[in-house]
Amino acid sequence: MFKYLPHTEKDIKEMLQVIGVKSVDDLFEEIPKTLLNPEFDVPNSHSELEIYHRFNELANKNEVLIPFVGAGAYDHYTPSVIRHIIERQEFLTAYTPYQPEISQGTLQYIFEYQSIIAELTGMDVSNASMYDGATATAEAMFMACASKKRNKILVSKTVNPNIISVLKTYAFYRGIEVDFVDEENGITSELDFREKNTKEYAGIIVQSPNFYGIIEDFSAYRGILDETMGLLIVNSDPSVLSIIKTPGEYMADIAVGDCQTLGVPLWYGGPYIGYLATTKKLMRKMPGRICGVTTDSEGKRAFVLTLQAREQHIRREKANSNICSNQSLLALFVTVYTAVMGKKGLKEAQMKSFNATHYLFEEITKLPKFQKVYDGEFFKDCVIKTLLNPADINAALLKKGMLGPLDLGMFDDSKKGQLLFSATEKRTKNEIDTLISVLEVL
Amino acid sequence: MYYDKLIFEISNENRKGYSLPEYGIKEYKLPENLLRGEEALLPEVSELEAVRHYTNVSFKNFGVEKGFYPLGSCTMKYNPKINQDISNMAQFSIHPYQPVSTTQGLLEIYYETQRILSELSGLDTFTLNPYAGAHGELVGLMIMKKYHLDRKDFKRTKVIVPDSAHGTNPASASVAGFESVEVQSNEDGTVNIESLKEVLSDEIAGIMMTNPNTLGIFEKDICEIADLVHNAGGLLYYDGANLNPILGVARPGDMGFDIMHINLHKTFSTPHGGGGPGSGPVGVVNHLVKYLPKPVVKKVNDKYIIEENNDTTIGQISHFYGNMGVVVKAYTYLLTVGKENFANVGKYSVLNANYIKESLKDDYLLPIKGICKHEFVFDGLIDKSNHVTTLDVAKRLLDYDVHPPTIYFPLVIKEALMIEPPETESKATIDDFIAIMKTVAEEARTNPDLVKSAPHTTVVKRLDEATAARNPKVKYRDLI
Amino acid sequence: MSKVIEGLYYANTHEWVRVEDGFAYIGITDYAQESLGEIVYIELPEEESQIESGEEFAAIESVKAASDIISPVTGTIVVVNDDLEDSPELLNEDPYENWIIKVDLEDESELNKLLNAEEYKEICE
Repeated sequence: MFKYLPHTEKDIKEMLQVIGVKSVDDLFEEIPKTLLNPEFDVPNSHSELEIYHRFNELANKNEVLIPFVGAGAYDHYTPSVIRHIIERQEFLTAYTPYQPEISQGTLQYIFEYQSIIAELTGMDVSNASMYDGATATAEAMFMACASKKRNKILVSKTVNPNIISVLKTYAFYRGIEVDFVDEENGITSELDFREKNTKEYAGIIVQSPNFYGIIEDFSAYRGILDETMGLLIVNSDPSVLSIIKTPGEYMADIAVGDCQTLGVPLWYGGPYIGYLATTKKLMRKMPGRICGVTTDSEGKRAFVLTLQAREQHIRREKANSNICSNQSLLALFVTVYTAVMGKKGLKEAQMKSFNATHYLFEEITKLPKFQKVYDGEFFKDCVIKTLLNPADINAALLKKGMLGPLDLGMFDDSKKGQLLFSATEKRTKNEIDTLISVLEVL
Repeated sequence: MYYDKLIFEISNENRKGYSLPEYGIKEYKLPENLLRGEEALLPEVSELEAVRHYTNVSFKNFGVEKGFYPLGSCTMKYNPKINQDISNMAQFSIHPYQPVSTTQGLLEIYYETQRILSELSGLDTFTLNPYAGAHGELVGLMIMKKYHLDRKDFKRTKVIVPDSAHGTNPASASVAGFESVEVQSNEDGTVNIESLKEVLSDEIAGIMMTNPNTLGIFEKDICEIADLVHNAGGLLYYDGANLNPILGVARPGDMGFDIMHINLHKTFSTPHGGGGPGSGPVGVVNHLVKYLPKPVVKKVNDKYIIEENNDTTIGQISHFYGNMGVVVKAYTYLLTVGKENFANVGKYSVLNANYIKESLKDDYLLPIKGICKHEFVFDGLIDKSNHVTTLDVAKRLLDYDVHPPTIYFPLVIKEALMIEPPETESKATIDDFIAIMKTVAEEARTNPDLVKSAPHTTVVKRLDEATAARNPKVKYRDLI
Repeated sequence: MSKVIEGLYYANTHEWVRVEDGFAYIGITDYAQESLGEIVYIELPEEESQIESGEEFAAIESVKAASDIISPVTGTIVVVNDDLEDSPELLNEDPYENWIIKVDLEDESELNKLLNAEEYKEICE
């Protein structure tokens, strides 16, 4: 007997009788004998108490540091309410909403999520979510190449290097060529973009705030791209879009990014949730699920998955993307976060993060061994350079229980000694002051 | 009463549902030219209003804890509560850039999970980075492609996909830059060896298979198929969607598969979450390990490390390390089930499926006779004289508080009703289901209109899907 | 039994061609619209673009299916039936009245390779 298996001896006997076989093993008769009943070396069954014991032991091998780094994963506050809502079995244990009559709950929150993403990005339509911001950007690249029937894409060097790395992988296997637009003083070089942009490219992928935290201005991009009929793909942290100019305002064709910053805990890198939003014109080229409004046979408002003909289960090898399930429950995270924080709270959390990062920047750059690198206005990541060894800085901070900055030399030799810091609304003045005091004595 | 509000429709700008601290950090100003013009239209509600809203919204859903959920190919087993509690432990929610010296616990979970999956599947090493089954397929096919490219075998541009396969298989092949070639199945959905021989050539990179296949039939000739494909220079990919019935009973690695993915949200009990987050670990045989996506978690002298750089990898396929939060749940399940119980997971799911199949075959048309594995497919009702379709049967089941089986898939069966009763379901639950299915079959004979106009008791009735697709309204602003 | 109209040319991929004043009008057959079900969207080609016999020039989506429309002839698209963009359901209502594109034929002899009504009826059975 085992707690997840309800079968009694009597049940089994009766069931076998109906089936007309003698033993459960008879149900596996067609499997070649050489394959049956393999040996495997796995742990024995743990009782619930032993599970707690084991995981407490594992948990104690981790140390929860106070993050002073973001770079794609931010330590924002998650209201208590969210966990209680998402753990309702109706949400947690349901499958994809294929039977809309008994999935109105999932469909409705997806609709609310799409509405929130459309509002934040200023775009016409959002899908029901993607795996993460990096893969969402890769899907946007596919979407652009397919709709333009071109197989080259431009990517700004100011895009997060992990996103670039994922783009390169996806592009290589599908036969898409990725070319880069240079960075200048921490932002995309408009001059280099103008020079490289031709009709061979399906468009350009840019990010704002970019990898260095700098808010870029894409005002000229629409015009430049119109000359070559290319698409503008903007990757943004959606929480920051509650404040800064939106991809919609830059007349972007596709907006993508990661919604981790809208209430999703750090979870050591996942599950997070990518978003992808686009214009009405490109809506039918969009990957993933989309929920729409309709009525039932009695005229009641209801929600349903729509535009399904784009998807892999119908288009098979002709589908633009192979994505099926996505990060639905995380879309609920984002939706409940936005509902609880509301219009004011969302902005307040972001402005507090902005202030904390600026305070940290101001205080660190007062220290003689640290200098500012770029001129552009930043949001909640910032770059500071030093001649000190980044490993020593991080070791010193680790002793205080702090996670120090990312060494940009990791990604690019020419940026050795440039450190990427970040602070959110969760960082207290005291914590920042402690960080400064550690750096001060190095 | 039916709750029909959107969160936006209960919004009031004088309310708030949050509180943030004042830490006394001074305020800085953003230049005007960088600010957005119009404020985003977002809801504003009190905390209770938010909680009550989503509680009411949740009542419109059906979950595994409410009732029987025999959705074919989806393995809707019970999602143990303890998994959730463990994954909520604060020490598991840390920043992905924390140094490995401070994340040894999580890395041990990652490493141990990949090791146990390897033992259970017979593949040598796993990566847990892929986010979902489809993502795993893509990663597996990239590995397949890289393997051939590395051998300078540039002609291999095609992947064989059985016509009974899920649509995701050919879609993944396209995304990985392959052309898919269909191979005809036998009547029971198994691969036709003669057709396979015809399509095998030096242009074939490999074959994608599920075993048992989408009709619930085990490919008994799998070893011969593996030999044929290997001898033709191709690799075998195992789609783990149907791993549950052979868990602890037989291993894809032993059958000759070179690459596979596992759906932790199917076989290993992590919740489906209304369509994600899942997790789709990919396993490979030894000579393909060097192609696994970066980063790779390794154990060196009793310490766990993350290897970022490796020249032979297919590249990076996710921002960080995959859905770690899901992996923690799966590891909890693996430890709970343990060595003693794995085989029974597979066996009882097969027992359940065959019991339902035999009990209903006088009412529903069973196109493929004989023993099935974890699932099987009916081709609608036997008595079709009243033109009651599979869709009607599915909708009528909603009135009986049962989640309908998968319908209209696989495409090779026209009126498919695909039933998968996971091992966590008792005989009593299944007997209820059988009785309900028989009642519906009887209703189809005696009162067909009742079935054709179903559902009658759900919060909404049948929906107008055509209008939704012709004139898409996909956000709140489209409604005001 | 789906409708087949005399006097049109048919392709075995379920498109029809009507020749009038030297131009070819192309649409989908009654059989095609019936199998697709409720049509919700059609992706139309651009005017003045070239089409080749045997190649897809448009894509039709219904609620549960998607299908490429294959051109039975080679030539240049002169007019696209824009009405279908807003009302794709016209293809369900009267597939023979609602043509999709008007084409300037390159080689009229191509029509001889197509089926007549009698031959096409056999395919639909």
